Amino acid sequence: MAASLSTEGLQQEFDRLVADDQRIEPRDWMPDDYRKTLVRQIAQHAHSEIIGMQPEGNWITRAPSLRRKAILMAKVQDEAGHGLYLYCAAETLGVDRGELIDLLHSGRQKYSSIFNYPTLTWADVGAIGWLVDGAAITNQIPLCRCSYGPYARAMVRVCKEESFHQRQGYELLYALTHGTDAQRAMAQDAVNRWWWPSLMMFGPPDTESTHTAQSMAWRIKRFSNDELRQRFVDMTVPQAEVLGVTLPDPVLRWNEDRRHYDFGECDWDELRRVVSGEGPCNRQRMEHHIAAHDEGAWVREAAAAYAAKHAAVDAAA
Amino acid sequence: MTEAREPLWEVFVRSKRGLSHNHVGSLHAPDAEMALRNARDVFTRRMEGVSIWVVPSAAITASSPEERDPFFEPAADKVYRHPTFYDIPKEVKQL
Repeated sequence: MAASLSTEGLQQEFDRLVADDQRIEPRDWMPDDYRKTLVRQIAQHAHSEIIGMQPEGNWITRAPSLRRKAILMAKVQDEAGHGLYLYCAAETLGVDRGELIDLLHSGRQKYSSIFNYPTLTWADVGAIGWLVDGAAITNQIPLCRCSYGPYARAMVRVCKEESFHQRQGYELLYALTHGTDAQRAMAQDAVNRWWWPSLMMFGPPDTESTHTAQSMAWRIKRFSNDELRQRFVDMTVPQAEVLGVTLPDPVLRWNEDRRHYDFGECDWDELRRVVSGEGPCNRQRMEHHIAAHDEGAWVREAAAAYAAKHAAVDAAA
Repeated sequence: MTEAREPLWEVFVRSKRGLSHNHVGSLHAPDAEMALRNARDVFTRRMEGVSIWVVPSAAITASSPEERDPFFEPAADKVYRHPTFYDIPKEVKQL
């Protein structure tokens, strides 16, 4: 057996693997801060998938047709699956899912600020699919090449499933913008309310982002918040034109020199307020999650009792 | 409230007949039957599989990453195990 390497040697091997664009796997040595950063990021990502079921779940019983209802149920079920992929990826770093859920419930871990906004109309379901899932995909595609193997693999599966989410949202909005005046107005109103929060999903501007530089050095992140935000704007503006909606930004216009769209500044105070718990739905989201968790406890207890009883019967046989 | 932790299961899916089962991820479940049902819901919602195995993670014995070099070292210097090691006369059209 190899004599255990010095921390310095282990760090060198870790640095070499990352620089070589190889993947770090669960039982490899890794710096404590790398592990901590990943646990924080993957747990926050997992919580976001699970909390994200609420704003859309709100419309399942009121979907306007059986087709739309079946689609929405499939989408919300996917979000649950994405949460599970991610909790399992986090657990490979030596944390327990129950522990992460406790941290969420006590407010010590967060989820994406976007899910603290309400879904007021049916068009919001479309706007979430098109804009929120569109922003999420922009964020997640580079994460498929993240240096931590289990996170990257989870992201590959998530991205495959996510593209249906964005397309169903776009199709839903397209039906509305090609419907009655009232439906067009509803679609435009939803886009007005979801545009800026979607841009904020990429996080604070690079000048204020505390984790970006280190995460990029570790190849957890591949692009900065502002780069990804620009990419999303460039992709979305032509889609809005086809849809026939305007984006609520008076300074949004094509810049021929930069070959990118110029766009306005997000309200960063609003982001800070929502992240710190003062968004429109923060309390409601957390109360609902805690209630669902507590009310489901008897199911988990019954399943454990059943498993224990049958293990005892099998052992006796 | 802390609950007893459900055991972890590794999930392997055969995507179609003729292919082997591949590892797709892991999940928690109280017993093997629940693990199979959960695996179906989590990993095969889009016809990704025709067969699923679940294996208790605790039952897996793995080589340790620290042993990697010495453990796999015997294979490193045996290039003659690869067909590209051999020089074959050009006149031979196919071999």
